[in-house]
Amino acid sequence: MSGSALLAADSSCHLNSGCGFPAPDATIFNYDAIWQFDIAGLTFHITKPMLMLWIAAAVVVVFFVLAFRKAVVVPRGIQNIGEYGYLFVRDGIARDTIGVKGDAFVPVLFSFFFFIWVLNFMSIVPFLQFPVTSRFAIPLAFAVLVYLLWVPLGVKRQGAGSFFKAMTMPPDVPKAMYVLLIPIEILSNFIVRPFTHSVRLFANMFAGHMLIVTFSVATWYLLSPSIIGVLGSAASFVVTVGLTAFEMLIQALQAYVFTLLAAVYINDAVNAH
Amino acid sequence: MNLLAEDAPNVLAVPLDELILGIVAFLIVFWALAKLALPGIRKALDERTATIEGGIERAATREAEANALYERYQAQLAEARTEAAQIRAQAQSDKLAIVEEAKAEAVEAAATVTARADAAISAERASTIASLRSEVGTLALTLAGKVVGESLEDDARARATVDRFIADLEAQAAGH
Repeated sequence: MSGSALLAADSSCHLNSGCGFPAPDATIFNYDAIWQFDIAGLTFHITKPMLMLWIAAAVVVVFFVLAFRKAVVVPRGIQNIGEYGYLFVRDGIARDTIGVKGDAFVPVLFSFFFFIWVLNFMSIVPFLQFPVTSRFAIPLAFAVLVYLLWVPLGVKRQGAGSFFKAMTMPPDVPKAMYVLLIPIEILSNFIVRPFTHSVRLFANMFAGHMLIVTFSVATWYLLSPSIIGVLGSAASFVVTVGLTAFEMLIQALQAYVFTLLAAVYINDAVNAH
Repeated sequence: MNLLAEDAPNVLAVPLDELILGIVAFLIVFWALAKLALPGIRKALDERTATIEGGIERAATREAEANALYERYQAQLAEARTEAAQIRAQAQSDKLAIVEEAKAEAVEAAATVTARADAAISAERASTIASLRSEVGTLALTLAGKVVGESLEDDARARATVDRFIADLEAQAAGH
């Protein structure tokens, strides 16, 4: 059962009408396929979030192509906004984290930041109202791409030996400690890293969406002809609005955190310690 | 809660099709931005940097030029001041010289005039004395002739007498 179907089935349910609170659960993150097709034996399910993935991609590309295609020295209108974003990623993320070598990675960091931000932002866009990044496969796909970028890059720039040594053997440590440290460093830098990188984004967007849905459902469920019902409903509505504002902050922040971590990993690869 | 146990999916499940779609979507976004959007803004920003740096450079050049010009002007001004002072000093000394010269000339002219006047006065006096002497002699002789009843005129002796008399008078006058 999809999330929207669950809510629709319980929409007549109110306080004192004899049914319990229809608390939303993980099913609200699952949608039925609108359309599906097979490629090389793999079935692609085009669900609402997957459709939104492509809408977000189109929004990001169209906006920035319009903003930057005819970029001029003295910016006007849409270029001003786009330029602010570009300078934020270039100066605030790429150059601050990677230094002079950071300029080469501005396009990839820029793409991550704005694509993820738009995917997160869809959580509060009317009718869409779902953060695509709360589908774990999406943040994981991005984290895998970052991993596939920085590990080969480190081997190429520093040489396999010195790169893996730098990543697994912290300097200024007693030799005996390496027995303990090397396995820990391998585990944290090469095995767990893509998961922490993606779970951080996924969990934040998942939890935020769950909170907003819970209080939205509560607003509707509590709306009933009783003092407690009206007060509770009003309070839940206020919380929903507050959480929506809070989510706007978290959406931008998590896009920033993901991109910043990607820059930190790239820095491990291009700048020897 | 039979419903949850049956329906609640594993939220960390990774459907392979979604993973692939996520990767493909990102690669397309990255490709489109890197190829179509970002070169434009990078170019504009580079141009702006160049413009600003060029502006700073031009301003520095202008400042250097202005400084050089100012220094040259100052030097010229100092030179002009020195020259003016020199000219003033020269004029001062010239003035003194001219005044001295004029004074000398005036003194000389006055001396000439005085000398000429003296000469004229002396000549006048000499001629006056000469004519007086002859007239006084003639008058005295005429008078004496009338007194003694004989002509003493044109007599060398008589003239000598007169001359002696006058010389005595002069000597007397000079003696006083």
